[in-house]
Amino acid sequence: MNDRAAAAVAALPSVDARIKIQVRDLHFYYNGFQALKGISMDIPEKQVTAIIGPSGCGKSTLLRVFNRIYAIYPKLEARGEVALDGENILDPGYSMNRLRSKVGMVFQKPVPFPMTIFENVAYGIRHHEKLSKADMGDRVEQALRSAALWDEVKDKLKQNGLGLSGGQQQRLCIARAIALKPDVLLLDEPTSALDPIATSRIEQLVEELKSEFTIVMVTHNMQQAARCSDLTAFLYLGELIEFDGTETIFTKPGKKQTEDYITGRFG
Amino acid sequence: MPVISAEPIARDNEQRSREDARHDRIFRRVLKFCALLVLAALLGAALSTLWGGREVLFGDGLRFLLSDSWNPVDDKYGALAPIFGTLVTSLIALVLAVPVSFGIALFLTEIAPAWMRGPVGAAIELLAGIPSIIYGMWGLFVFVPFMSSIEPALSNTLGNIPLIGKLFQGPPLGLGLLTAGIVLAVMILPFISSVMREVFQTVPTRLKESSYALGSTTWEVLWDIVLPYTRSAVIGGIFLGLGRALGETMAVTFVLGNSYNITSSLLMPGTTISSSIANEFNEAVGMHRSALIALGFLLFVVTFVVLLIARLMLRQLAKREGK
Repeated sequence: MNDRAAAAVAALPSVDARIKIQVRDLHFYYNGFQALKGISMDIPEKQVTAIIGPSGCGKSTLLRVFNRIYAIYPKLEARGEVALDGENILDPGYSMNRLRSKVGMVFQKPVPFPMTIFENVAYGIRHHEKLSKADMGDRVEQALRSAALWDEVKDKLKQNGLGLSGGQQQRLCIARAIALKPDVLLLDEPTSALDPIATSRIEQLVEELKSEFTIVMVTHNMQQAARCSDLTAFLYLGELIEFDGTETIFTKPGKKQTEDYITGRFG
Repeated sequence: MPVISAEPIARDNEQRSREDARHDRIFRRVLKFCALLVLAALLGAALSTLWGGREVLFGDGLRFLLSDSWNPVDDKYGALAPIFGTLVTSLIALVLAVPVSFGIALFLTEIAPAWMRGPVGAAIELLAGIPSIIYGMWGLFVFVPFMSSIEPALSNTLGNIPLIGKLFQGPPLGLGLLTAGIVLAVMILPFISSVMREVFQTVPTRLKESSYALGSTTWEVLWDIVLPYTRSAVIGGIFLGLGRALGETMAVTFVLGNSYNITSSLLMPGTTISSSIANEFNEAVGMHRSALIALGFLLFVVTFVVLLIARLMLRQLAKREGK
């Protein structure tokens, strides 16, 4: 573990929360190119952790390690340890199915599946559980309610998900992810393709969801990180520069690089 | 002080926009002409076959469509056997080619390592470039003897299964509907698989990742996400292949046996619309000639009906998806 990473761990904010994800000396390689360099951080349970940094700093890469979605591509490799509830998910023996049911992900652009709104939500559940028709209906309703979408779609569950507006589609994607009742929700720049009104709905939703889920959110919008997150991690060129309470990061950052980025001097 | 009047510039602008409007008009007409040309060619071909086959089509009417005897000696003609042969060989071709094409396309887009995609893709396109006469020759000299050597085994195994057993009983001639169907399958495979490959590549990465992120297996992602997303293009590709199979002449003529039979066995020889025409056009006069041209017209009709069914199927599927 390098010094900086150790410093970041030491600088873990004093939140009285259980550690949900423990990252230790994580290195990531794209076909030989090192994208993450010795990341160590503790992500607390039921808080919103934002990851910020300039383009190409590795923030999405880090997020994509948490559910091992990178593993669907050849020649990508993660080394180190990422413990979810104390179990190392990078261990080849850790069941992918179990991981994906515990860690949900929402992507930059809303991408409803080419099926009805109901099926969009039911699809993931069906893979993991056998439910009766009535139970499935309840689960789908519950997920759509949690994603603050139910009132808008309850009369058109049989219509195609692609007919919804961009913001609604993104909430549908969130509903789809939380329908599996995961512990962790990964949001990869969830509002970058949305207009300001849809964005503020999603941000409001993030605020509501954190009572149930541990949320890790990548954003390139610093105001968003300041508005919605409890903790903020600043990544630069594959290294974790600083990780602290959001207020600390944005008011009195400990590192010069963080300050420069936050005040807009680079990035 | 140089005097620059606004007058000429204004006039230039006006002239310019008049010219632009004219160019656009001409351009639109040229495009319209190109599109209409296709319609005119189609209509011309359909009408001239209808006219050429009028003696049989209007003289014999329904009897021509419903009779299975084709007898140039008595000058009595029925189109049922060629229609049957055309549909059956094309159906066999589709049943064999669609799953294999699906597998090829999925393998090349989702699973194959990058270095393999180019060469295998190129090989498939080369397969599409082979002239049908070559397939016919290969079929007759290589594939037919092979089929006649395995047909006894087919009859002894598949032939004993109830219901479908009948399809595989018969003399091991090598020539026949099954052989023709298999050769057709090889011929349409590249068309279907290259269309599929192209449309599978258009599926957004995020869509597939979203499905993987929910825990789906590769098969589930392909079957539940990739296929529905590309469905109309995939069905389009399948029907492109079917269109080719329906009209394919040379290769089929070589390996089909060319006898006007309607049999329940796929091992028996048969005939198709296009191979009947190819075989007999030389010596046909009078009613015989008219009957062959009428067959040509029927091929139009069969193809049209098949395309219509494809359209209806797509609409039905779209409804189920909530569009």
